[in-house]
Amino acid sequence: MIDLFVNITLLAFLAITAVAIVRMTNLFAIIMLFGIFSFLSAALFVVMDAVDVAFTEAAVGAGVSTVLMIATIALTKDQKEKPSESHRPWLPLAVVIVTGAALVYGTLDIPAFGDPEAPAHTHVAPHYLEKSMSETGIPNVVTSVLASYRGFDTLGEVVVVFTAGIAVLLLIGGRRPTSKSDNPERDQNDA
Amino acid sequence: MTHNLILRVVSKTLIPAIIIFALYVQFHGDFGPGGGFQAGVILSAALILYALVFGLDAAEQVIPPTLLRSLASLGVLIYAGVGVVTLFLGGNYLDYSVLGSTQIAGQHIGILLVELGVGITVFAVMLLIFFAFADRGRP
Repeated sequence: MIDLFVNITLLAFLAITAVAIVRMTNLFAIIMLFGIFSFLSAALFVVMDAVDVAFTEAAVGAGVSTVLMIATIALTKDQKEKPSESHRPWLPLAVVIVTGAALVYGTLDIPAFGDPEAPAHTHVAPHYLEKSMSETGIPNVVTSVLASYRGFDTLGEVVVVFTAGIAVLLLIGGRRPTSKSDNPERDQNDA
Repeated sequence: MTHNLILRVVSKTLIPAIIIFALYVQFHGDFGPGGGFQAGVILSAALILYALVFGLDAAEQVIPPTLLRSLASLGVLIYAGVGVVTLFLGGNYLDYSVLGSTQIAGQHIGILLVELGVGITVFAVMLLIFFAFADRGRP
């Protein structure tokens, strides 16, 4: 009963935040609302007992990506989204409604949350839950799956993070070409 | 923001606590929620806070971007290296059981090293991306 109440409250706040993001034009406020959206999602994950995912969502979604988006705003120095003159919302609205309806229709086939007969819970999951302690000695099954059973996948994830870092550095990293002449000026300013 | 006394005092007390928490998340991930990904992000958040309050130059003195580039590669190297070591010890790639005297001891060593690699790479890459953005925004 209390779970249902918490779920409804969190989902309602998620919807309100999403609508507020769509309605606003001040990009700084929108970024702050993105952070709030991430925190609400993290709270939802906690309610669904996925604390590891909630942890990541709060740290990455609400923390680092908010900072990075603010840094981007500071770079572009344009805090207002300018609505174009020829803005016609009807076609996008229709696309969104049709897509949303298709997604809702798709959820009808999904097994209920926590259903023990669900395909995801009948394949390898029972093995992990039963044998994790005797095979790896690690009580947190999330960690034993992530680092040991699915270690090769996680290696791929780390390489993805690494590649993303290289891509950002290639695009905007390093000093700007003009910065050599800027350097003495900047040092004076800092002093 | 460099002249804001309250921010400086509060963040000076907060940053050590954040770093300790990141280490806790890193090494306690076997028993509770957490692991390398979260710990790396939290550790980078501590340094991002430092950079926001005390300035980018101070943060780059604490941990220079050239070092961060090496660290980002080092994490991947540790992770992939553990796999190569297990190959040489006669196991499959990333089969940690051969690392220790017993299967569970081996798994513990392997998972600790692998999570360490994840943490180092995530920390370095997050901070590198932040530095890349912040560097562009210098006056």
